[in-house]
Amino acid sequence: MEGAAPEEAPDLTAAPGAAEAELPPGVVAQSLGQYVRAYTARIRSGESGVLPVILAMFAIMLVFTIISPNHVFLSAGNLVNLFQQAAVFMVLAMAEGFALILGEIDLSVGFVGACGAAIAVQLIQPITTNWHWVPAILAGLLFCAVFGLIQGTLITRLRLPSFIVTLAGFLIANGIFLKILLLGPFSGYPNLAGQSDNLHVIYNLMWGTIDPTTSWIGAGVVVIGLGLVTWLSDSRRRRSGLVAPPASLSLIKIGLIAVVAIVVVGISNTNRANLGTLEGVPWMIPIVLAVLGVWTVVLSRTKFGRYMYAIGGNPEAARRAGINVALIRTVGFGLCSFTAGVAIMLYASLLGGMSNNLQGGQYVLYAVAAAVIGGTSLFGGRGKPLHGVLGGLVIAAIYNGLYLQGISSVEWQYIVTGLVLLAAIVIDAVSRRGAASGSVTRT
Amino acid sequence: MTAAVAEPRATGEPLLKVRGLDKHFGPVQALYHVDLDLLPGKVTALCGDNGAGKSVLTKCISGVYQRDQGEIFWEGHPVHVRNTRDAAHLGIETVYQDLALCDNLDIVQNMFLGRERLKNGMLDEDNMERAAGETLASLRVTTVRSVRQPVASLSGGQRQSVAVAKAVMWNSKLVIMDEPTAALGVVQTKQVLDLIKRLRDRGLAVMVISHNLTDVFEVADRIAVLYLGRLVVQGDASEFDLQKVVEYMTTGGSSRTNGARTAES
Repeated sequence: MEGAAPEEAPDLTAAPGAAEAELPPGVVAQSLGQYVRAYTARIRSGESGVLPVILAMFAIMLVFTIISPNHVFLSAGNLVNLFQQAAVFMVLAMAEGFALILGEIDLSVGFVGACGAAIAVQLIQPITTNWHWVPAILAGLLFCAVFGLIQGTLITRLRLPSFIVTLAGFLIANGIFLKILLLGPFSGYPNLAGQSDNLHVIYNLMWGTIDPTTSWIGAGVVVIGLGLVTWLSDSRRRRSGLVAPPASLSLIKIGLIAVVAIVVVGISNTNRANLGTLEGVPWMIPIVLAVLGVWTVVLSRTKFGRYMYAIGGNPEAARRAGINVALIRTVGFGLCSFTAGVAIMLYASLLGGMSNNLQGGQYVLYAVAAAVIGGTSLFGGRGKPLHGVLGGLVIAAIYNGLYLQGISSVEWQYIVTGLVLLAAIVIDAVSRRGAASGSVTRT
Repeated sequence: MTAAVAEPRATGEPLLKVRGLDKHFGPVQALYHVDLDLLPGKVTALCGDNGAGKSVLTKCISGVYQRDQGEIFWEGHPVHVRNTRDAAHLGIETVYQDLALCDNLDIVQNMFLGRERLKNGMLDEDNMERAAGETLASLRVTTVRSVRQPVASLSGGQRQSVAVAKAVMWNSKLVIMDEPTAALGVVQTKQVLDLIKRLRDRGLAVMVISHNLTDVFEVADRIAVLYLGRLVVQGDASEFDLQKVVEYMTTGGSSRTNGARTAES
């Protein structure tokens, strides 16, 4: 069968308009014009992809640019600052994504990640254990992964609700985190200041920069690599008659990647110091991209990823297909906690140490909100790591913008967090309802 | 009836023979000494009222349940089907009433779920998409616009078609379909019945469980009726009429003489 089937025997019972609206545009479009029409139809039916979140982001940025004092929001210094704040949300949202795709929730990510980061920060302290940074980070991430696997085992083997198990995990991890902080002679604040290469490395996860020339070369390599892969696979599929986007769309996609890379590197390479020079892409950008890239490949190109979506969509169908549902779900929770460890490791770097100021509970909400704002469904089976990255950027933009307005008090942060989370859930539920009813009502 | 010993398979020899099958759940005896033959290239309709044991019998064959007594012969050889994997290995595929499809996955992903093809450790999407397309084309399922559309966007008949295509993809020899036309409209029912006939024409044995006797007479070559856990009659569809099947389903017997083989009481 050649891509789209011949129309000789139309299914009289299916409303043609409805089918149109629900199909991913890439599936039916032969030309760019058709693609745009199919995409518009799909947005109206609630299956909108990432476009709304990108539009929302531009709107938020526009508003804050206009109202921020001296339009400081759009300055290179503030935008890099925004990227750094966003990095934690982005990675944490990608972590939560694993639980959400399974149709579950993990409330413990904030403090489990905190335990991992605190372990790493403690182990590299020169006056106590003085570990090398590599085993220290690995030890922290291992703790997170094991914690997640234990939670996953309880949820799947004992059939306990993930909400309750990870709520318990949240409290337990909070306690362990405070215990870890009190170890050593640091009065509960092991920090990254000091003359040790290992301290510098973790501090530099967020604050280190790649020099401008290398930044451009790196961005070029990434864009060309991604572009080649996209173009070659799309054109191979077009040639062999498989479902593929039109060539113009492949080019637009590659062009967008290039534009984003140029904008990000351009901003980062602007000198953003008030005195002296501070320029170049922060390490955290390739770190976030690496997490995004690895988890995207795992979720979209491996059996494991396919089974994650299948379980989120219909666990019974997955079980009957011979999938080891309990194992996949347990591993999903393990990866969720592991990725949370990476996120809070970045947080430790951003703050230059760990302290009991960490709002682990609030971070969970930000993570869920970021994933959902980006397009991941709370109801399971739908979501991508990219959604976490986009949603994380939106949350960070709100956070950063409010801060610039001088609205930094904790009360307002709580209220805005709550409202944003609520808005995201409403959008998710409403768009889902739209998609479900669209199959019969829409013309 | 004694179990036949393994013998070379001749034309007309049943693909699957069930002999003296018993199944109980605690004190509830769901099946009593059921004998059933399923022939290749024939559609066998399994009829029975609610609670007659249709689903239990199906699940014993497809490996979901384990039988308590009795034997199952596959191509003349006694087999022990311990789980659905064993069944799939023999070539037995079941299309469940709820179809067991993942709405969020597309047609290709659903058809290969649990049996994905890999290339260098990664999913080989091109290969799977081509194979899925070929299977759908060979079954003349032409109403889906694209094999890459999510199952959520399909109509009921199309979903049934995808579930059937998924079942026949694996060189299966016996396809069991549980209420394939329930909840379908007139046009879609016809599509599904045509699909069942195409499976038969390919030489597959098909067992259809259905309440809808109009559909049964439309498509079945053979009819078997369960009544309160007993298989009371089986034979060629030509030996039955609608009234007689209803009588067997509701009373376990028939007031009229007939040529169909009835089980000894």
